[in-house]
Amino acid sequence: MAELFSRLLSQSSVWGAALTIAAFGLGTVLQRRSGKAWCNPLLIGALLVMAVLALTGTPYPEFKISAGAVSYLLLPATVSLAIPLYEKWELLRENAAAILAGIAAGVAVSLGSMVLLSRVMGLDPAQGATLLPKSVTTAIGMDVAETLGGMPSLAGAVIVLTGIVGSLSAPWVCGTMRIHDPIARGIGIGTSSHAIGTSKALEMGDVEGAMSGLAIAVAGILTALLAPVFAKFL
Amino acid sequence: MKWVFQSGRILGVCFLAEILAELLPLPVPASVYGLALMLAALKSGLLRLDQVKDTGRFLVSILPVLFLPATVGIMDLRSELSAMLLPCLIAAGPVTVLVMAAAGLVTQWVRRRGGGNHG
Repeated sequence: MAELFSRLLSQSSVWGAALTIAAFGLGTVLQRRSGKAWCNPLLIGALLVMAVLALTGTPYPEFKISAGAVSYLLLPATVSLAIPLYEKWELLRENAAAILAGIAAGVAVSLGSMVLLSRVMGLDPAQGATLLPKSVTTAIGMDVAETLGGMPSLAGAVIVLTGIVGSLSAPWVCGTMRIHDPIARGIGIGTSSHAIGTSKALEMGDVEGAMSGLAIAVAGILTALLAPVFAKFL
Repeated sequence: MKWVFQSGRILGVCFLAEILAELLPLPVPASVYGLALMLAALKSGLLRLDQVKDTGRFLVSILPVLFLPATVGIMDLRSELSAMLLPCLIAAGPVTVLVMAAAGLVTQWVRRRGGGNHG
């Protein structure tokens, strides 16, 4: 049975993409039915796919190849974040000082607390370098981790986890910290939890989404430039 | 056909971005170059908004699904993850909240001090 199944899978080039969308769809339905924020479609969907792969004994690399069509869209989708940003250009220009100050503060807190955490927990430099770029988009973060001698694949996992935490906690953080300003919300979410957080920011509003998209790019570049400096203290 | 041509323009920008990422010696990935290039193309009038808007908005709206395959990759990293589970959880949990609060509060504070309009 399992053999037949894996033969069928190896002859299909679309099952990974179909499984991805089906699992995400189920996650969406579950979130709608339950109304619970932690029923995040990405989280539920990923757990479902993991369960299916484990039950059928399918190795992850096979799934990854078959789901390639989905991952392929990641670059054009990230580039398209420029569109909401362009539509909010005036807002961006008028608030450039506040936006840059906010992103710089977030990046400094992120890199600083990762250095502190590494020291307190006695991590070796490779482990520290893996965690250092955890708040920026996977594309930048994995590159940074590798350049500094960390483990890029684990960095990618922590980055995704960070994004999910950010998108789940965003309404709560903004509420308890009394961050009511839509620009400040977007900058906070994008700086801390990159594109996964940004999808939450887009749900909160147009301005939140555009600012969060901007923060991905600026925080990513700033982290790429500053991480080597902070890595010296690991 | 509108969707095809809009996709073509977006992919063209992506391709230029990939070339830049390859040629320039900075640790900046293609996605960031692409975002900047797309913004520059729109600002300069090289591309009009309606030439990329529909496909671009569609792509932005499906962003969360696109991360799913990479997220599943965590299942192959069990040993690395278990070796430093606690630091990873602290990094992804409390630190993320801290960073969000810092960036958000500083932005809000500077804006309230008069660094911009309040709209």
